[in-house]
Amino acid sequence: MRRSRGFYRAIPRSALDERNELERICGSAGLKPALFQPTSLHVEDLACRRGGRLIFEGLSFVLRPGEAIALTGRNGAGKSSLIAMLCGRLRPDGGRIRLGGSDDEAELAEISHLVGHRDGLKTALTARENLAFARDVLGDAAATPDEALAVVGLGHAAELPAGYLSAGQRRRVALARLLVSRRPYWLLDEPLSALDVASQAMVAGLMRDHLADGGAILAATHGPLGLEGAGEVRIGP
Amino acid sequence: MKRAFMAILKRDLAVASRAGGGGELALVFFLTMVVLVPFALGPDLNLLSRIGPAILWLGALLSVMIGLDRLFQSDEEDGSLDLIRASALPLELAVLAKGLAHWLTTGLPLALVSPLLGLLVALPGEGVLPLVATLLVGTPALSFIGAGGAALAASLKRGGLIVPVLVAPLTVPVLIFGVSAANAAVGGTVPFLTPFLILCAISLGAIVVGTVAAAVALRSAE
Repeated sequence: MRRSRGFYRAIPRSALDERNELERICGSAGLKPALFQPTSLHVEDLACRRGGRLIFEGLSFVLRPGEAIALTGRNGAGKSSLIAMLCGRLRPDGGRIRLGGSDDEAELAEISHLVGHRDGLKTALTARENLAFARDVLGDAAATPDEALAVVGLGHAAELPAGYLSAGQRRRVALARLLVSRRPYWLLDEPLSALDVASQAMVAGLMRDHLADGGAILAATHGPLGLEGAGEVRIGP
Repeated sequence: MKRAFMAILKRDLAVASRAGGGGELALVFFLTMVVLVPFALGPDLNLLSRIGPAILWLGALLSVMIGLDRLFQSDEEDGSLDLIRASALPLELAVLAKGLAHWLTTGLPLALVSPLLGLLVALPGEGVLPLVATLLVGTPALSFIGAGGAALAASLKRGGLIVPVLVAPLTVPVLIFGVSAANAAVGGTVPFLTPFLILCAISLGAIVVGTVAAAVALRSAE
């Protein structure tokens, strides 16, 4: 049984039926069903300047549905800056970022999950409250907070204020956000940092399931992501 | 969209009410300041009751301002501002929710305890209700003018003092009309309603301008 079952159990019954129906139709035609709209992300000739210093330029790549890209590069190469640009926090200093396909109008920030260095958790609120907040704010609700916490192995910590959790546990709560709201793009900045080996495998499993659903992942990383067939974009030398 | 708005409002209220959230900080500061003033001025009841509304208003203004720098900064630091930015909810409405939560946890309690503190500055009985009314309609202006300043300082690491410095000059009209309306009720030269209505107008204007300004500042944070 795949790890994703817990996640799909969380999807409302009608959506699950719809998906089963989709799987049946696609299966008979030998196709793989996609949960998401087939849009691709085009980064064209992007340049980044921080504090007057050129960080990178001429960066181009395409991220297609069902694909993962590992973003590598030495410290300070601009990996986090690139992710900040993709989610609209930084303005590109050249080139452009556009979404192709049917979802032309959508802003990337509004259809992507960001899990960055900062976990986005309020320390005074419990893990469950933090996830419930993310679910309401991000929309497209999928798993409930409790189900998502169970998937990342923190079912027992739902009632604990996030401030009491360890760095690895906080990171796992932040990653559980990926499950409470369904968004096609995952922008992950060092998703595996602070995680133990078992949790790293769990995250790799979540990423594989997301790719199988037709989602796309861009992950800045120094180590291996644990994904077969992930592309690599290297920034800098 | 309504769900996201309510989620932000609910979360900020919850954070403010938990330990260390800063919800009670403004109240304690208000109390401290108003308690200290009679000690500084001496036991001259006539003097105290004459300047009472001004003391209470000044105390409320400073109390609202002390926690203001954390309004967006704490969200920026822990990354939850990125979550709010990633929401389909327009940033203006997110600011509105946060400003509303700020007012509910600072301005509203300040206005509600002001009759009690009025006793300390010998505020005459007929001045109590008008004072509460002016604080009720005036403090939203402080929260939302403050939101604009707080948004500018959101990405500054140590921007603590810059917010009051930025915001205080902008709150002068609120202070003037708030105090003159509260004074009018205890025997001022102008009728109560004129400054009170201007105060209402300032508040309504501040809610709109402050919300839009804060959203613009947050969008161009870097």
